Amino acid sequence: MTQTDKHADIDSHTGMHTTGHEWDGIKELNTPLPRWWVNILYATIVWAFFYCIAYPAIPLIQSFTPGVLGWSSRQGVNDDLAKLRERRAPIVAALSKASLQEIEQNPQLRTFAIAQGKAAFGDNCAPCHGAGGGGSKGYPNLNDDDWLWGGSLDQIAATINHGARSDDDQTHAGMMPAFGRDGMLKPKEISDVADYVRSLSGLTQPAGVDLKAGAKIFADNCASCHGEKGQGNLELGAPNLTDAIWLYGSDKDVIVDGLKNGRGGVMPAWAGRLDATTIKALTVYVHTLGGGR
Amino acid sequence: MSLWNKHAIFEKNSIILLIGVLIVISIGGLVEIMPLFYMKNTIEKVEGVRPYTPLELAGRDIYVREGCYLCHSQMIRALGDEVERYGHYSLAAESMYDHPFQWGSKRNGPDLARVGAKYSDEWHRQHLADPRSVVSASIMPGYPWLARNELDVKHLSDNLRVQQIEGVPYTAEQVENAAIDARAQASEDHPGAKAFGKRYPTAVARNYGGQPGRVTEADALIAYLQMLGTSVDFKIYDEKANIR
Ligand code: HEC
Ligand code: HEC
Ligand code: HEC
Repeated sequence: MTQTDKHADIDSHTGMHTTGHEWDGIKELNTPLPRWWVNILYATIVWAFFYCIAYPAIPLIQSFTPGVLGWSSRQGVNDDLAKLRERRAPIVAALSKASLQEIEQNPQLRTFAIAQGKAAFGDNCAPCHGAGGGGSKGYPNLNDDDWLWGGSLDQIAATINHGARSDDDQTHAGMMPAFGRDGMLKPKEISDVADYVRSLSGLTQPAGVDLKAGAKIFADNCASCHGEKGQGNLELGAPNLTDAIWLYGSDKDVIVDGLKNGRGGVMPAWAGRLDATTIKALTVYVHTLGGGR
Repeated sequence: MSLWNKHAIFEKNSIILLIGVLIVISIGGLVEIMPLFYMKNTIEKVEGVRPYTPLELAGRDIYVREGCYLCHSQMIRALGDEVERYGHYSLAAESMYDHPFQWGSKRNGPDLARVGAKYSDEWHRQHLADPRSVVSASIMPGYPWLARNELDVKHLSDNLRVQQIEGVPYTAEQVENAAIDARAQASEDHPGAKAFGKRYPTAVARNYGGQPGRVTEADALIAYLQMLGTSVDFKIYDEKANIR
């Protein structure tokens, strides 16, 4: 390879400068990068320069240059949320001032509450209560009008705020005792009372079942919570046993298991986690799912 | 030759090129990474953040072992939508005792940075054993062996010791009693409960796994999940002082 002064050397075919490199008589054209490409490169360099001035950029000893715009990612998210809050402010203010009953009666508030409640339900409640509030074993169906702790707006709000058997001070408390494990009832008695409980909601019984014995055990041990007739008690969260709606299931095995080991479903408290307006919206949403009282 | 032609020396000599590359990369590293270690405002002190208890640490190891981080992040970014869904954005201090951190980068499932106390232990037990038993459309795999496997506490003291080397302030007493503390935290009324409470005043002891008399891997993992994101009380956290 020989090197000549490139500026002197012009290719006769194209009329362009060569790089001055020559291999066995073949010369390399000095084709410049496209102008637009080079211009973009220069523009990004200029952009970077101003960016460093405008935004947090250069580390110093104690801190970094904050940038003349004063932007920070944390301030950014606070501003975003503040904007969101401002946009929602009128309706949120109306929502938080209105009583739950007023919300139910005001179509605009109601629509907003249901939309917000639905979104919050998907994020927080659906994993337990099912996407449409349909529930599953141990997690109550919120669509029906059978309630453990009550289906009025205030009762629903109390359950959502404080949970059931949660670590909240005002949580709904009280368990279904473990009659078998704690030796309060013998296996035969458990079997008898389980048959009786099944009969309360009209389930057919196999022949030879002694419902009298079961009824006696029920009156002595269960009526205090579930009521004389098994109609349930909202104060204690004791389910209605006569309505053929089951939290855990109607199979005898399932009922016997509950009597042996006790029951006590845990619903977390949401008062500290979700803000008051969201909880109001959730209350209205749950109330409208089907079974609100 | 003008200055513009001096680059020829790099193009003709690979060793010089290599040295040049190293110098340029080190400048980049020094400017971008070094300041994070000394600048005061990248290391915020936040009230409430505490080292993991031995049980939670064991749970964390199971979390890593099972690859939960491949589908779950633990990093709520400072973006409006994320804060709306998951709660307060994650603070650096909240992963100061994570070696290595579990921020993750993939979200097949939801972010877990604040999942603690969101669900009941019972829900976690069912969900870990068979996710579709509670969330019918879930694509999360089941981990039924966690409830079967006895938790191996043999090496917990060593585990704490390694964390100590990495800068987690465990006391000698905490290291020594790691195995007992793990059992105490996973039980309802363990004879070691009182000593455990003294060593880890803000930790919660209960039967996470729900099996009387047994301490399983599920106990450890659920204890870990239930404390995620719960240590900072955001009611007293000074938002303004930490704007950056
Ligand atoms: C960890 C699972 C779980 C989550 C998450 C959960 N719940 Fe519940 N919820 C339960 C359980 C279990 C019960 C029943 C408690 C019982 O057995 O007494 C319940 C009960 C209720 C009740 C009372 C039903 C009745 O019949 O009285 C309402 C209302 C309710 N939940 C609403 C919600 C809302 C709204 C959310 C979301 C903010 C939510 N739940 C999140 C588990 C959960
Ligand atoms: C201390 C109050 C109390 C007593 C006494 C009590 N229960 Fe219960 N029972 C409850 C509560 C509370 C629940 C709901 C548990 C839950 O929500 O997880 C329940 C649930 C049940 C269920 C499950 C219902 C379903 O829908 O799946 C059955 C069945 C039942 N009890 C039967 C009995 C029988 C039979 C007795 C007497 C031997 C009895 N209970 C005594 C409080 C009590
Ligand atoms: C294949 C991806 C995948 C893997 C691996 C995985 N998950 Fe999940 N996870 C999901 C998906 C999807 C969901 C949402 C649906 C659901 O709740 O099951 C989820 C939900 C969850 C939730 C509930 C989060 C919330 O806020 O609702 C928890 C807790 C959880 N996973 C823990 C774990 C743990 C612990 C592991 C490791 C043992 C794990 N996951 C492994 C995909 C995964």
